[in-house]
Amino acid sequence: MMVDTNELLSLDDLHAAGSVRSGRKHVLSVLVENKPGVLTRVSGLFTRRGFNIDTLSVGPTDDERISRITLTLDGASQPIDQVTKQLHKLINVLKIKDLQPAETVARELALFKVSCDPQTRSEIRELAEVFRGKIVDIGKKSIIAEITGERSKIEAFEKLVRPYGLVEMIRTGEVAISRGREET
Amino acid sequence: MRAVDAIMECLKAEGVDVVFGYPGGANLPTYDAFYDAGIHHVLVRHEAGAGHAAEGYAKATGKVGVAFGTSGPGATNLVTPIMDAMMDSVPVVFFTGQVRTELLGTDGFQEADTIGITMPAVKHSFLITDPRDIPRTIHEAFHIAGTGRPGPVVVDLPMDLTKADIAYEPVTDVNLPGYQPRTTGNAKQIRQAARAIAAARRPVFYTGGGVVSANASEALRELVRETGAPITSTLMGLGAFPAPDPQWIGMLGMHGTRAANYAVDEADLLIAVGCRFDDRVTGKLSEFAPRAKYIHIDVDPAEISKNIPAHIPIVGDAKQILPKLAHEYRELDADQSRMDAWWQRIHTWQERHPLTYEPGENGEIKPQQVIQAIYEVTGGEAIISSDVGQHQMWAAQYYHYPEPRRWINSGGLGTMGFGLPAAIGAQMGVPDRLNVVVTGDGSIQMNIQELATIRQENIPVKVVILNNGYLGMVRQWQELFWQERYSQVDMHTFGGEEAFPDFVKLADAYGIRGIRLTESSSLEDDLRAAFEAEGPAFIDVRVTRDEKVYPMIAPGEAARNMVG
Repeated sequence: MMVDTNELLSLDDLHAAGSVRSGRKHVLSVLVENKPGVLTRVSGLFTRRGFNIDTLSVGPTDDERISRITLTLDGASQPIDQVTKQLHKLINVLKIKDLQPAETVARELALFKVSCDPQTRSEIRELAEVFRGKIVDIGKKSIIAEITGERSKIEAFEKLVRPYGLVEMIRTGEVAISRGREET
Repeated sequence: MRAVDAIMECLKAEGVDVVFGYPGGANLPTYDAFYDAGIHHVLVRHEAGAGHAAEGYAKATGKVGVAFGTSGPGATNLVTPIMDAMMDSVPVVFFTGQVRTELLGTDGFQEADTIGITMPAVKHSFLITDPRDIPRTIHEAFHIAGTGRPGPVVVDLPMDLTKADIAYEPVTDVNLPGYQPRTTGNAKQIRQAARAIAAARRPVFYTGGGVVSANASEALRELVRETGAPITSTLMGLGAFPAPDPQWIGMLGMHGTRAANYAVDEADLLIAVGCRFDDRVTGKLSEFAPRAKYIHIDVDPAEISKNIPAHIPIVGDAKQILPKLAHEYRELDADQSRMDAWWQRIHTWQERHPLTYEPGENGEIKPQQVIQAIYEVTGGEAIISSDVGQHQMWAAQYYHYPEPRRWINSGGLGTMGFGLPAAIGAQMGVPDRLNVVVTGDGSIQMNIQELATIRQENIPVKVVILNNGYLGMVRQWQELFWQERYSQVDMHTFGGEEAFPDFVKLADAYGIRGIRLTESSSLEDDLRAAFEAEGPAFIDVRVTRDEKVYPMIAPGEAARNMVG
């Protein structure tokens, strides 16, 4: 649309943007000041506005005054622009980046406690090897495997070991960083 | 010096001349500092009164209001004013006492998690953990409260830290990397907006409290006059554009004028400034201004496209943007006659559907008539503080606000009990102007203890109770939408000997002049006499019991289906 002329415009040509549901998964990388209560402010905002987070992880950055919150949410059911605008209003939030999937490396770590007997123990170890995972604990009746990767890889491993008897599973939620030289 | 003395220095550096509060155990050190700090401290009778008074002060002056309360119940009593300030974007800094740091989290006496309780109700909050942070934190609190989209900031002060000895140096630079409100507005978007206005044949300005907050009233007037377009505003925006003006078409929304609501319904362009498309304004959202394109100017980007997608969003300070918009519009040299048919249509609505009511019979006083009389007696020059309910809507409809900051009410949260303490704050902030509280027999009883504050400070506010003996707005809804099943709305304040409380005697008990008015024909003279007499007055006006606020957009209905 032309905006730099003095010609009258047609109101019909104006199109509204905003409050869009993108229909895809979003990974938001949020830099926050490392101060008490910041996580509560972020999670409280989600509760109050009725936004639904899929995963959330928090950790330090190379600057001790700053933490990074990585959160994933479903852009099909959540108004992604409202989420980011409301987050921006929190005084302790410094920067928000909506990471594009193609330009992002995302990883999650999961621990699987699987029941086993002497025979199935080696089968599970082999599966973990195929997934480039590690066995981090072995007991008489159970084994713990550590798998790192994208969400799909972790879900695939879960599917494979479930028949052996999945005692427990724990996942960290995704952390993500943008590809290339530019900062996330 | 003691940290509490540094707090006083900070308040003075921020230009604070009056604060509202209530002492207790955990803020004893602070009150020791107040003893000889030279700051006027108004002792209220309930912390909610302090909070609302600070709001009234802020709304009347545009400066940051300040309220103090102790820990625990003192802080929880402040929660309502904090939320109220959040909803109406009122700049107030709330200082709460807190238990000693060693008691934090142990359920100590009068301990409450103030930061946690208030978190969803604040623009920002600070829990002091190091006394050396106190001065900087206070200046940050004032900066956050008063800039961008204004709002409440809570500073929670553990008692032991306030007694600490710190080196105080004035803080002049506030640097908050995560808080950089945008102000100027995008030049291209502004130009685009000007062209849209010039192209529109049925434009309507729809403005809100943001124009008042931004002190952009003058800029708005120039722009609206430049364009020649009609203007309506929300409840919160009254006075930003003078009500007695040919371009003013009345308030819009649930109890707005038909002309305003119909105009918005048929508009081809809405120029929304400092407003947020609240449900009380829009009615059924999908049928709000269905033919219009939207220009939305607001300092808070999250408000833009929150409820309705904007076609031309402009983020920034209205005071900076509106003059630029007027300039761009002037450059286009638009043909004003394009709006002739539009104005004709609006004039037809105005003539056919003025705000009106049936006069009372046999000397009965109509509530609308009381507001009209207040308007006549004050010549529009008073600051009106309102409570919440029917009287609030009548005060919005029948008092014509010529200037901003003359209309002080609780719009977003709708807090009954707001009016009386808010008027205390307004009068402290603007001592020379006549202050009138318009309230109801329900609302007034929610913070009636503040009559003692009025007496103690000899604050000359004139309280006018539209007494119909009912929680009138609830009763109205029960009549219209709940099959006249009047559940728990009779306040027993109406009638003869059996009515209670007797508001005249009650005022008398506080040492305040109480007056009862029951006769329609002398109403204006009686009010004039009451307003002209020195000192506060508490005026019980007996009005028609079952009068309803009209016109009305029923909840969830479209504006074009207004009733009454």
